[in-house]
Amino acid sequence: MATALLGERIKRKEDPRLIQGRGHYVDDIVLPGLLHLAFARSPHAHARIKSVDVTAAQAAPGVVAVYTGADLQGKVGMVPCAAGIEGLKVPEHPCLAVDEVRYVGEPVAVVVANSAYTARDAVEQVEVEYDPLPVVVDPEKALAPGAPRVHSKLADNVAFVAKLEGGDWKALEAEPGIKVIRQRLINQRLAPVAMETRGVVASYSPGEDLLTVWSSTQIPHILKTQLALMSGVEENHCRVIAPEVGGGFGSKLNVYGEEGVACYVSKALGRPVKWIESRRENLQATIHGRDQINDVEVYVRPDGKVAGLKCWIIADLGAYHQLLTPAIPTLTALMIVGAYHIPCVFVETKGVFTNKMATDAYRGAGRPEATYIIERVMDLVAAELNLDPVDVRMKNFPSPKDFPLALPTGVTYDSANYQRTLKKVLKAAGYTKLRKEQERLRKKGRYLGIGLSTYVEICAMGPSSRMPAGGWEFGSVRIEPTGKVTVLSGTSPHGQGEETTFAQIVASGFGIPYEDVTVLHGDTGVVPMGIGTFGSRTTAVGGTAIYLAVERLKKKMARIAAHKLGVKPGELEFKDGKVQTAGGEKAMRFLEVVAEAIFAKQLPPGVEPGLVEQCVFEPANFTFPFGAHLAVVEVDPDTGEVRLRNYYAVDDCGRVLNPMLVDGQIHGGLVQGIGQALWEEHVYDENGQLLTGTLMDYAVPRAHQFPWFETATTETPTRVNPLGAKGVGEAGTIGSTPAIVNAVVDALRPLGVRHIDMPLKPEKIWRVLRSASAA
Amino acid sequence: MKRRKRSPSGAVSRRDFLRGAGAAVSAVSGGLLVAEPSGATPAPGSAGVVGPGEVPVTLRINGKEHRLKIEPRVTLLDALRNRLDLTGAKKVCDRATCGACTVIIDGHPVYSCTTLAIDVEGQHITTIEGLAPEDQLHPVMAAFVEHDAQQCGFCTPGFVMACKAFLDKYPNPTLEDVKQGLSGNLCRCGTYAGIRQVALRAKA
Repeated sequence: MATALLGERIKRKEDPRLIQGRGHYVDDIVLPGLLHLAFARSPHAHARIKSVDVTAAQAAPGVVAVYTGADLQGKVGMVPCAAGIEGLKVPEHPCLAVDEVRYVGEPVAVVVANSAYTARDAVEQVEVEYDPLPVVVDPEKALAPGAPRVHSKLADNVAFVAKLEGGDWKALEAEPGIKVIRQRLINQRLAPVAMETRGVVASYSPGEDLLTVWSSTQIPHILKTQLALMSGVEENHCRVIAPEVGGGFGSKLNVYGEEGVACYVSKALGRPVKWIESRRENLQATIHGRDQINDVEVYVRPDGKVAGLKCWIIADLGAYHQLLTPAIPTLTALMIVGAYHIPCVFVETKGVFTNKMATDAYRGAGRPEATYIIERVMDLVAAELNLDPVDVRMKNFPSPKDFPLALPTGVTYDSANYQRTLKKVLKAAGYTKLRKEQERLRKKGRYLGIGLSTYVEICAMGPSSRMPAGGWEFGSVRIEPTGKVTVLSGTSPHGQGEETTFAQIVASGFGIPYEDVTVLHGDTGVVPMGIGTFGSRTTAVGGTAIYLAVERLKKKMARIAAHKLGVKPGELEFKDGKVQTAGGEKAMRFLEVVAEAIFAKQLPPGVEPGLVEQCVFEPANFTFPFGAHLAVVEVDPDTGEVRLRNYYAVDDCGRVLNPMLVDGQIHGGLVQGIGQALWEEHVYDENGQLLTGTLMDYAVPRAHQFPWFETATTETPTRVNPLGAKGVGEAGTIGSTPAIVNAVVDALRPLGVRHIDMPLKPEKIWRVLRSASAA
Repeated sequence: MKRRKRSPSGAVSRRDFLRGAGAAVSAVSGGLLVAEPSGATPAPGSAGVVGPGEVPVTLRINGKEHRLKIEPRVTLLDALRNRLDLTGAKKVCDRATCGACTVIIDGHPVYSCTTLAIDVEGQHITTIEGLAPEDQLHPVMAAFVEHDAQQCGFCTPGFVMACKAFLDKYPNPTLEDVKQGLSGNLCRCGTYAGIRQVALRAKA
C-alpha cells in the first residue's frame, strides 16, 4: 500500500465552503412553487382523538391544504422498523396519528401553505378534540400488572424480552468465597440535538413520475427504499439527496413520519414541499437516546477477578419503534463484558413501551450504556475489595496474545492491547502522584477524584449477517480523461471529514495530488448503492471499498502501462504522478496511462476501455476499538459543584489515516460523553410532558466547561479490513461518561458515597452529601 | 422570555419583543452579545406599533442597501435567509441560546433569530458572506481551517462571526476571556478546543 498522505494531518476539503457559510443544507434548497409544511402535534402524552376540525385552518389565507391522519390512512405506509428481534411486538406507527396519540409531540395533522410563517399560524387553527387516557411514563411502572397500556391492542407494555447467557453459572454460584455485588445504574434519557434540525424537501414531478427528496439524513439509500415503499412511487423513480447535513449523531439514522407525509403531499398536490423542524419539535419528536435501567450483579473473587456478571436491562423504548429502536439495547447486552475476560454472563433485556418519544441510536447507541455498566462495575469491585481500580482492571484484562478473542456474549474481538493504553494514560496523567495529591487534599477537606475508563466498543458495522439491512458498503473510483479522479461512496458523512480521508486513500494509492480527487456521496441518483454513515463504519467499511476499487484500477492501469513499456505489470509502481519501474528507468506519466485507457488506441488484448471500478466491501467481522481514559475532578462539598480539572484520553482506533480528524472525533465525543455524565438529561414529568423542550432547558455543553483534553493514540491494526482502521466516531462518547462518574464517586468516597446516578449536577451531589452527613 | 404584545389586529410591539429577547441573550452570553443594538430608528406608524401587514424596510447588509417589504414580525435571520438568500447564518435554537445565527451589527455580535428585521434599519449589518471576498478566507476563517475548528459546519458561520466580534473587542485575550467570550455559542460536534485555539491565536 502506498503510504504518502495516509497518516498525515491533511486539512479538510470540506472546510472552506462550510466556514464561509456557502454549503447547502436542506433549508437552503429553494424550488419554484415551493410550499411549506407545518405539523399540528399532540399536547397530550396519551389521548383518544375524538375529532379533528381543519375548517378554520383550511380557510386561512395562504393555506393550500390540510391533511389529517384519517386522510392519509391507507395512502402512506407506516413508519418502518428494521430491527429483527425474535418475538418483537411492532405496533402500527402511522405517519399521522389516526385514533390515538401516544406521546407529546406526535403529529396529528399537516398544514400546507405558501410560507412557513403562514403554515405555522394555521396549525394553531387546527382544532383537535382529545379524550385523555391514562399515561405511563416510568418504564418500571409500565411493567407493573394493571399498568395503563400504551397500545391497547397489545396485552402489556413489553415489546420484547431478549436473553443472552454464557458460561458455567452453576459452578460459579456454588464457588466458595465468591462475593456478589449488586447495584442499580440509571442511564438517563438524552437528546441528540444535531445543530441542524431535521428537514425535508420533497418534489414529485407527475410527468416523469419522479420523486426527488432532499433530506437531512445519514442513510440516503435506505431512506430511498423506505420512502418508495411508504409513498407508492416505484423505487427506480425515487431519488434521495442528503445535501450538507448539520450533524446527526444517530438521530438521522432513521426514517420519520414527516418524511413520508412530505412525499405524499408533494405527490397529491404536484408541487414541491418543504418541512424544516423547529427546535422544540426536534427535542420532542426526533428520537432520543439511552434511557435504560440496569440492575447488575457482579460475581467477584477475593483477589478482584470478576468471574461473572448478571444484568437486567429495562430499556425505555418510548411509544413506538423507529427504525432501530428495539435493536439499540441489544447492543448493550452484546458489549456488556467490556474489555474484560469474564467467563460467565447473563443479560436479560426487556424493551418497554411508555408514553414518550421513541429512543433509538444516539452516538454510541447501546455501547455507552454497556461501557458505563462495566466500568462502574470495575470501580464498585475496587471499592468493595479496597483495591486500586487500576489493579482490578489489569487483573481482568485478557492478554494481547488472546486475540482474536471469542467471548460468551457471542462476539469475537479482533485485536487489542488494553494493558498498553492503560499504562500510557496512567503515565500521561502521573497517576501515582495524583493519588498522593488526593491524599494530601483530603486531609485539607478538599475532594479530588480520579476516574478511569478502559473501554472497548463495537464498530465498523458490520458483517451483513449481523445487520438488519446489510453491513457492506459501496465505493467506486473513476478517472476522468483529464486525469482528475471522481470517487463515489455509499456512505453519507456529515461532518466526520471523509471527503478528506477518502481523497487521501485514493491519492496515496495512485501517487497523485490529493487536490485531484473529488468525493461524491449522499445522492442516490449519483451513487448506485449504499448503506450510510453510522456505527463508526464510514472509513473502515466505506473507505475500504474505495481502497479496493483503487487497487483494481491500478491493476488495470499497470497492465496497460506494462503493454506500452514492455515490462511486466508487477514491476510497476504508482509514484509521484507516474507509473514506473522501481528505479524509474521506464515510466509513463499517470495522465498518459489514463489517455491510453480512455482513448483506447493500443490497449492490450482483452482490456476494456475506460477507468472505472467499483467495490462492495463486506467485512468479515466488526472491529473493536478501545482506549483508556482518566478524568481528574474536584468536587466542592459545600455547593456540590464538579470541576473537571484534567482529562486524559488514550485511544486505539487501529491504523490512523488522518490524526487531525481522529483528534476531532475524540474531542467531540468527549464533549458529548462528559455532557451526559455531568449535565444532560431529557426530562418528562409524570404526565408525560417534556420539561426540557428548548435549548434553554436542555443542557448542551458549552465552550467554557472544559479543560484542554490531553489525547494520544496507540495503533493496534485490525485484520478485518486491509486499511487496518477500526473507526473512531463514537469512541470519545463511549469512553468518557464512566470516567467522569468514577472520578466524582472516587472524590466523594471518604464521605461514604458509593454511587450517584447521572447527570452529576451540583444540586444532586449537594443533596447526596447532605443526606450522607445527616446519616 | 416575555410574550410579544399583540395589538387587536395582531401587530407586534417592537420594543416588547426586543426587551424579551435582550433579557434572554444577556442571560446566556456572558454579556458579550447584545440583542438590542444602539441607535435603533423609530418604527413607522404610531406609538411604535406597526403591521400586521408588510411594511417597507431598507437593510444595509455587507455594505449594500436592500429594500424589502416584510411583515414586522419577520426576524432578521429569516429576512437574511429567506428573502436575501444570505444563508450563512443558521436557525438552530430560535431562542437566542446557541449563536448559530450570529451577525455583527454596528460592531456588536447579535443573535439575528431574536432581532426583528424592522429594528435594524439604517444599521451596518455584517453577515458571514460579507466578511471576506468569495474567493478568500478571512483570517478568522483561515484559523478555523488551521485549528480544525468545525465538523458538520452548521454552527460554524455563527462561531466565526462571534470570534470576529470577540477578537475585535479583545485582540489579546486570555484563555478565561475566550472561554467566557465564546460561551454564547453552541457546537454539538464538540469542536470547542479548536475554536478556543482560533480565538487565542487568530487576528481579527
